[in-house]
Amino acid sequence: MKIFKQGILLLLFLLLFWVLLTSIDSQELIAGGVIVILLTLVFSRKAAVFGDFQITFKSLIYSIAYIFVFLAALVRSNLDVAFRVLSPKLPINPGIVKVKTSLNSKTGRLVLANSITLTPGTLTVETKGDHFYIHWIDVSTQDVDLASQEIVSKFEKYLEVMFG
Amino acid sequence: MAVFGGIITFVGSIFLLLGALGIVRMPDVYNRMQAGTKATTLGILLFLAGIAIGHIECMCIFRILILILFIIFTNPISSHALARAAHHIGIPLTDKSVTDALAEDESEKEEAIS
Repeated sequence: MKIFKQGILLLLFLLLFWVLLTSIDSQELIAGGVIVILLTLVFSRKAAVFGDFQITFKSLIYSIAYIFVFLAALVRSNLDVAFRVLSPKLPINPGIVKVKTSLNSKTGRLVLANSITLTPGTLTVETKGDHFYIHWIDVSTQDVDLASQEIVSKFEKYLEVMFG
Repeated sequence: MAVFGGIITFVGSIFLLLGALGIVRMPDVYNRMQAGTKATTLGILLFLAGIAIGHIECMCIFRILILILFIIFTNPISSHALARAAHHIGIPLTDKSVTDALAEDESEKEEAIS
């Protein structure tokens, strides 16, 4: 059952990419695309790309909300970098801190690590089990729990619903 | 529409310029990575969006959407890989750094083994 669900999700995702890529104008194109996608699915049965994604109404809402949270963080992070680069004193206070995540799914952790890299002043350097090691451009706390609160928790509450 | 697209492209190129400036000004490899990743992501994103808006008649907006998606997914992964590799071969953090939890944990483990 799980593998079936995963296959359907992957099929829809690949089909979306195919439609975007070719800006569909004929039915043959879609048919050809579907055949190739089915072949791809047969050969990539074991690749668990969307295996962790929860298909519920709530998770869909959270996914959309997450996109906006992420974009806002991205813009803020860029203004932050711009400010630091342009100010003559170069106000940085860098260091590598350790944070803890409560996410269990692999995909969820991947998205979390990527989001951390793209948000203000943080860069994921290493992941080990439950812990991420994060290069922080402006270290305000070295405590694991406080740092987790500051860096991870704002994304975690969305990803927890999306990926479980 | 063309003017609006041009403005967005211009803002994007400013972010790219700031990213380049950050790579020159920052003191060590990790801080450079920070400037390099963030500024280029939004820079390229705005740049491509500006092109899509400026040339709206060419219907390339979907293809540009795919480009943006790929950049958002791959850019942080590549910079994470670079930073991780840099830390593994022992490139030091700048003198300004206050803490290095990863190096501490790794030296602890080595002591435990030996």
